[in-house]
Amino acid sequence: MTAVSETTGAWLEQFTNQLPAPVWLQSLREAAFQRFAELGFPNTHNEEWRFTNVAPIARTKFAPGRKGIVQAKFAKGPIQLVFANGHLVTRPESLPKGLEVGGFADDPAAIAQHLGKYASFQADAFVALNTAMTQDGALIRVARGAVIADPIEIFYLTTTGKEAIATHPRALILVGANAQCTIVERYTGVDRYTGVSECAYFTNAVTEIVVGEAAVVDHYKIQQEAISAYHVATLQAAVGRSAAFFSTSISLGGALVRNDANAVLSKGSDGTLNGLYIANGTQHVDNHTIIDHTEPNATSHEVYKGILDGKSHAVFNGKIFVRKDAQKTDSKQTNKNLVLSDDAVVDTKPELQILADDVRCTHGATIGQLDAESLFYLQSRGIGKQDAKNLLIFAFAQDVVDRIKVQSLRDSLEKVLFEKFHEHAQ
Amino acid sequence: MALLEIKDLHAKVGDREILKGINLTVNAGEVHAIMGPNGSGKSTLAQVLAGRDMYVVTGGAVTYEGKDLLELSPEDRAREGIFLAFQYPVEIPGVSNMYFLKAALNASRKHRGMEELDAMDFLNVVREKMQIMKMDQALLNRPVNTGFSGGEKKRNEIFQMAVLEPKLAILDETDSGLDIDALRTVAGGVNAMRSPERGMIVVTHYQRLLSEIVPDFVHVLAEGRIVKSGGKELALELEAEGYEGLELHDEPEAVGKLAGRI
Repeated sequence: MTAVSETTGAWLEQFTNQLPAPVWLQSLREAAFQRFAELGFPNTHNEEWRFTNVAPIARTKFAPGRKGIVQAKFAKGPIQLVFANGHLVTRPESLPKGLEVGGFADDPAAIAQHLGKYASFQADAFVALNTAMTQDGALIRVARGAVIADPIEIFYLTTTGKEAIATHPRALILVGANAQCTIVERYTGVDRYTGVSECAYFTNAVTEIVVGEAAVVDHYKIQQEAISAYHVATLQAAVGRSAAFFSTSISLGGALVRNDANAVLSKGSDGTLNGLYIANGTQHVDNHTIIDHTEPNATSHEVYKGILDGKSHAVFNGKIFVRKDAQKTDSKQTNKNLVLSDDAVVDTKPELQILADDVRCTHGATIGQLDAESLFYLQSRGIGKQDAKNLLIFAFAQDVVDRIKVQSLRDSLEKVLFEKFHEHAQ
Repeated sequence: MALLEIKDLHAKVGDREILKGINLTVNAGEVHAIMGPNGSGKSTLAQVLAGRDMYVVTGGAVTYEGKDLLELSPEDRAREGIFLAFQYPVEIPGVSNMYFLKAALNASRKHRGMEELDAMDFLNVVREKMQIMKMDQALLNRPVNTGFSGGEKKRNEIFQMAVLEPKLAILDETDSGLDIDALRTVAGGVNAMRSPERGMIVVTHYQRLLSEIVPDFVHVLAEGRIVKSGGKELALELEAEGYEGLELHDEPEAVGKLAGRI
């Protein structure tokens, strides 16, 4: 047996034991599994995975997420979908006009038409595995011209038990031309605050978003998995002409985390990928982003900020592609890291590939510590040292947090950040 | 009891000794000016008194209201009533001036066993002080010193001082970078705070600030020591003759020490 089949072979049993699917889905699954078997889990010789070793995931034999869980307790927003261990358990009771929110069975035709068309499984083993294991997922459809005021929330909840389980959350979000909506995806495990998990679990998520012409979509991902969890996720957005796509990724939990956020921009569109990652202990968090300018006159903005403590390790890789036809592209990327301990490590790499000649692209990356001058200034006014540190850490995160347009989300995030840094202070 | 008593204070940064035996007593109600050429140790003295840890005190003692000042953290010094107006006020993006100042004031109030102010009470305190400093209220909502002009930063320092009402105010080159109108506004704010209960140390390179804030005593610092002390007329003398005219070696304190040995 080769190393690849050793690690992928364990998944074959799960793959073949899946419930039957419609023919079109079954053929997609089979193609994806075949590709997964060919690719195998990436190792650190693969440039895209150079700093992130997924051996702990590859080595673990995961069971499928069992059904029959949970009354999920979340602050009740008006439009909520809840998946528990991969199974759809809560749907919204009523929906505004022009909005469909449900599972894949609700609209098989739309799923058949779009699923897997944006997030390719050819190059990425985790996307391939997710596609091969797809049973159900979140389907959100916003009709042409509809303006949905309330955020549409999707919760992915994993409850850890005695065995390690894997879930493969999948979302397909289709936003029609001139429509507007806000999507919030939250990934969480039940023991997220205790820091003690009986065993690891694995979330392997894929979200595909199609932003129609001149549509406006705000997307938030809150990753608050248990501290023992493995979380690998790909966001793939296809942004239509003159559309605006704004996405913010907040990464707080997980032992081993890899987020891929990719946006393909059409003519005259505007794309934002922002992120905030906070890690402590031995957490490893890797953010890879791609902004792909395929057509002229699109603008893109990217601000990723990281706060690293303990022996944590953060990776940032931001690719900006400007294709030959994408003249008048305007793109700005920033990655800033605040390192609070001697042992935390950051690897950051901007990667610009520019084939057009009339473009403006800027990028910058920094790794720094709390500013001693600022700290002394605050202390000299009577603010205690630890409070002063926390204030500066908050301030560092503030510009990403401030750009979150959902007030309730901003409030709850500020609360979580406060608790997090308060813990650090103990 | 003196408000502040500095005895034979030595301090260094890295391997370089900057303060080489400072002696100074400040009583409540007095304004002391400390003048001296660049590099004489004026700003170091100000920062050491506020507790900046990059300076290491290697000898001597500082007593504040009878307590050992050097034992206190910077925040406790502030809570006990020491205020340093920075020569270069620090920009802190992401922290609003209002939040910062309210946190500072409440930290001191809590320390003194007073009730913390809520947002409304705080605003009332602040509004009045802003008028004295001719400060735009919009500055309250902006991040601390961020994007402020030089003059706005200095006014913001004195405004903070007015809100925090220290017992000992140390002004470090508060005049630097100010035009004459801004200087008068800042000096007006400082003068409004002169009181029999409050001591002040005004560190400056130039005499012009001292025409606005008239000191009770002037000390000349050179090479880490106070080489000359006098009344307000000493500042004018320095203005006329410059620091070069000073005799650096006839330090009365050094003579006194020698005398004590015999």
